[in-house]
Amino acid sequence: MSEVKKVLFGPILANNPIALQILGICSALAVTSSMSVSLVMAIALTLVTAFSNFFIAIIRNYIPNSIRIIVQMIIIASLVIVVDQVLRAFAFEISKQLSVFVGLIITNCIVMGRAEAYAMKNGPVMSFLDGIGNGLGYSAMLMVVAFFRELLGAGKLFGHVIFQTVQNGGWYQPNGLMLLPPSAFFVIGLIIWALRSYKKEQVEEPDFKIAANSRVQEAL
Amino acid sequence: MEHLISLFVKAVFVENMALAFFLGMCTLLALSKKVETAIGLGVAVIVVLAITVPLNNLLYQNLLKDGALQWAGLPNVDLSFLGLLSYIGVIAAVVQILEMALDKYVPALYNALGVFLPLITVNCAIMGASLFMVERDYNFSESVVYGVGAGIGWALAIAALAGIREKLKYSDVPAGLRGLGITFITVGLMSLGFMSFSGVQL
Repeated sequence: MSEVKKVLFGPILANNPIALQILGICSALAVTSSMSVSLVMAIALTLVTAFSNFFIAIIRNYIPNSIRIIVQMIIIASLVIVVDQVLRAFAFEISKQLSVFVGLIITNCIVMGRAEAYAMKNGPVMSFLDGIGNGLGYSAMLMVVAFFRELLGAGKLFGHVIFQTVQNGGWYQPNGLMLLPPSAFFVIGLIIWALRSYKKEQVEEPDFKIAANSRVQEAL
Repeated sequence: MEHLISLFVKAVFVENMALAFFLGMCTLLALSKKVETAIGLGVAVIVVLAITVPLNNLLYQNLLKDGALQWAGLPNVDLSFLGLLSYIGVIAAVVQILEMALDKYVPALYNALGVFLPLITVNCAIMGASLFMVERDYNFSESVVYGVGAGIGWALAIAALAGIREKLKYSDVPAGLRGLGITFITVGLMSLGFMSFSGVQL
């Protein structure tokens, strides 16, 4: 049971795909300017990761090693086509806003990375849970980034007004930078800082140790 | 000709894959610790983009586009929903063929690029370039120029970032921000810089 828990909840804080494994960053930057769009993206990615892990784990013993990447890609691409068509049918507005980024779930490193690192070596059920877990880690990061960007950039959450902006007769002066993509880098950078201050073991070793200041007497 | 040159400049600077569209970020952040590896990966991306974008363009224009199958007597067939699957198939196939060919005929180059080639399949910049090519409906010569330009732009970004990171390792960064955190903020500042190109009209 503890194994299941570790696989399912480990990626949220202890082994976050974005903050620690450096996977799946492109879409995290591009879609996080509003919370509803990020939520749809997060659900789509979680489903694709879970099911691709599941199917790849089922056939893992029959995939020849030399063509495994193509086989994995085809499974992932088929799942993404399903997601894309479903979104177009039931949530057309949001699929317009996501534009190429639904297609780019195929090349999202989380999906491929988990297929290669976990599903090729483990059974289907555990792989499915691993996919859900990593999807949750990605979703958590995405929602936090989107929360700050939408709140500070437009004064809204899920499209509902939280801070009345100056333009609409309120008091909040929106920070336009938060709606531009570079702000996502700053927000993620700061989240990583916060996360690593909390979980000290994730701090990276410096390549060079900086020598301590020389004593005053020596300097004289 | 002039049109193609301006498309090239636009692909390298104004619409830089990494710093304006944030594609290929995972590899950009993970493999930019040394300038040498960064340049190796950059060259690999240029080569793969220069091959796959025109190939996908041929595929799209002659097989998948709405009405493209007219030459086969099927003017009403629209296969564009198969796009995602075919583009990624082409990319994965090209990468593996390239890997085998380089291994056999140019072992020196294979050793230089070898580790990075399989990674390129999952580089969003490659897939993204093909999707943008379809979205903007480029013709064949435009797609060649766009592929090469997008690749050079990406290589430029990763080489520049690696240069900054090589110097950055001598600086005293707060413990939690060390490594990945400060890299994110550096890339953010670089992309702010590249946003100044967005006003350029060509």
